[in-house]
Amino acid sequence: MLQTVFFYAFSIVLVLSALQVVLAKNPVQSVLFLVLAFVTSSCLWIMLNVEFLALTLILVYVGAVMVLFLFVVMMLDIDIETMRKGFWKNLPLAICLGLVILVEMIMVLVTKPVVVYKMSQTDATLSNSNQIGWVLYTQYSYPVELASLILLLGLVVAVALTLRSSEKNAKYQDISKQVAVSSLGRIEMVKMQAEKPEIEGE
Amino acid sequence: METLQNLLGINLGFFVWKLICVIALVVPLTIFVAYVTLAERKVLGYMHARLGANRVGPKGLLQPFADLLKFIFKELLVPTKASSKIFTISPMIILICALVTWAVVPLSPTLVFTNVNASLLYVVAISSLGVYGIVLAGWAGNSKYSFLGGVRATAQMISYELAMGFALVGVLMVSGTLNLIDIVKYQSVGMLGGSILSWNFIPLFPFFLVYLISGVAETNRAPFDVCEGESEIVAGFFVEYSGTTFALFMLAEYVNMVLVSTLTALMFLGGWLSPFPASWGIIGTANMAYLVLKVCFLLFGFIWYRATFPRYRYDQIMRLGWKVFLPITLVWIFVLGAWMVSPLSIWH
Amino acid sequence: MIKRFLKTYLLLELLKGMGVTLRAFFSRKVTVQYPEEKTPLSPRFRGLHALRRYPNGEERCIGCKLCEAVCPALAITIDVHEREEDHTRRTTRYDIEYTKCIFCGFCEEACPVDAIVEIPILEYHGEKRSDLFYTKEMLLAIGDKYEPIITKTREMDKKYR
Repeated sequence: MLQTVFFYAFSIVLVLSALQVVLAKNPVQSVLFLVLAFVTSSCLWIMLNVEFLALTLILVYVGAVMVLFLFVVMMLDIDIETMRKGFWKNLPLAICLGLVILVEMIMVLVTKPVVVYKMSQTDATLSNSNQIGWVLYTQYSYPVELASLILLLGLVVAVALTLRSSEKNAKYQDISKQVAVSSLGRIEMVKMQAEKPEIEGE
Repeated sequence: METLQNLLGINLGFFVWKLICVIALVVPLTIFVAYVTLAERKVLGYMHARLGANRVGPKGLLQPFADLLKFIFKELLVPTKASSKIFTISPMIILICALVTWAVVPLSPTLVFTNVNASLLYVVAISSLGVYGIVLAGWAGNSKYSFLGGVRATAQMISYELAMGFALVGVLMVSGTLNLIDIVKYQSVGMLGGSILSWNFIPLFPFFLVYLISGVAETNRAPFDVCEGESEIVAGFFVEYSGTTFALFMLAEYVNMVLVSTLTALMFLGGWLSPFPASWGIIGTANMAYLVLKVCFLLFGFIWYRATFPRYRYDQIMRLGWKVFLPITLVWIFVLGAWMVSPLSIWH
Repeated sequence: MIKRFLKTYLLLELLKGMGVTLRAFFSRKVTVQYPEEKTPLSPRFRGLHALRRYPNGEERCIGCKLCEAVCPALAITIDVHEREEDHTRRTTRYDIEYTKCIFCGFCEEACPVDAIVEIPILEYHGEKRSDLFYTKEMLLAIGDKYEPIITKTREMDKKYR
């Protein structure tokens, strides 16, 4: 009974906050509602006893991705009015796309899910994260490595896009050099001949 | 009452008991935190050859309560152009995130609010939420100083979370569990058995250092406190706050300090285990007092760093997180993996 | 090179710094517990102002307005009149606003008859701005009250003047 109450409470919050993501006027507010949606869906997952996935959702999406997202949205000066201008013009396309997504989701739901991994009897004592670890790093080790490689590629490309060391006149601070500086390197004692003041006659 | 119980299908006594547990956890914690603030003032004073707060009560022992009273009676100001809702909830977000984490932190093998399997993951996940309070506080104040502070804090906390997470991977590798109680338990066994020598911080010394320093950066304490850098941006993200909301920020900062210290003690310094061999009788047996002692020592360290080190420059902080700590931890994870499968392994 | 590497990664310099603060932690504390303990004050200390009298009870001030003229903060206001009995020049008003006064001591230096002096009294306060507006009567009262201190400090400072 209590489970059901909690389930419906979380679901209602989830659906409402997901709606607010699209409907909120202030972009920062919609990001915050997206955060709320993530947190409530993670609560739903915890009710399904998949604590590893739920906590990873919070850790990765809420704790890192959404923070950066919020960061960007706060920095941007978004003008709502200009964004709203093309609403009626783009409505048919949006409806079409929405229908496609809806049909796809229904297709996924009506087909039987393919169970590829069956928990063996000995696994029952292991914790959730342990089980996922076993599956990921034995049965699916190849796809996991592949996925991580693709992510690494994205990382490298992002770095390459912003790297400016090839540009001429790019100035950088070498922090390790700055830190390693000592007074000996800063002052140079130069021996000089004492100069005689020249007295010029008229 | 009966019908409600039947309707919900759960024992209401359970709720009441858990509520009592929450109070029994939060109230002593808050009082401890209050005295950490006093300790900070005293220790900082002593390191400056001063005496520190010593006027309220004997030796200044009532000073935290005087501070609290002062904060309560101050006026709550909300700037005209601030988004008032977010402005008021963001200090609550910070404090709630700081307190909720304590639900899974064990103080002894039996004294824990809830013992869940993935408690370490829970701690990391919830503490990553705390950054929202800071970034929202910085944004909602509608002041450029607080916004800059919020932006700085966000970038800094995200960068150091990575290094912290990788340092924890080392701990996970040697203990093979996400449960904090089991992590402590694994430090009492092993080849070196029982005493200070079997604690994680000796074989995992690089991870220990990285975790310790990232912990300071994660709690935005000196020398990593650029997000409230007084000399540049007044007080950073909480520059617009006053009275009790300001007090909430301070409370959250110190709760986070205590939390990071406790986690360091649990994961690297053997938690409630005694530093002496088990054959030494009463001082050789595990006790909660040892955990408290270790936490106090680490907290002293936090204050000590503040008294010693000048503030980092912001690009240096970023460089330290991404270009120093991240590679160090990654390399050491490989080294540790190689060590664990080699015949020289001291685990299992 | 290796030495620098070790020095950096073993955090030796940081530990050295922490050693300095730890030594300071156990050092002798120099705090003065103010209301109970006080640091000694110089006899030349420029605190509260006082208007002095001659031993026969006559006011020293002759209303020359030199102090008013020299005061850089314009804190002194003086009105004068001719006294009926002996036709001498006397002040009817001698006000010092402590909200303006910068305690430079020029008034004391300017005074030809040692009438206005600054004395080593610093523990006074006002809860309103008007509390810090000192009139002639108040300044004379201060002079009467602290005359022993004034004579003592002037005696101590005499040989340096």
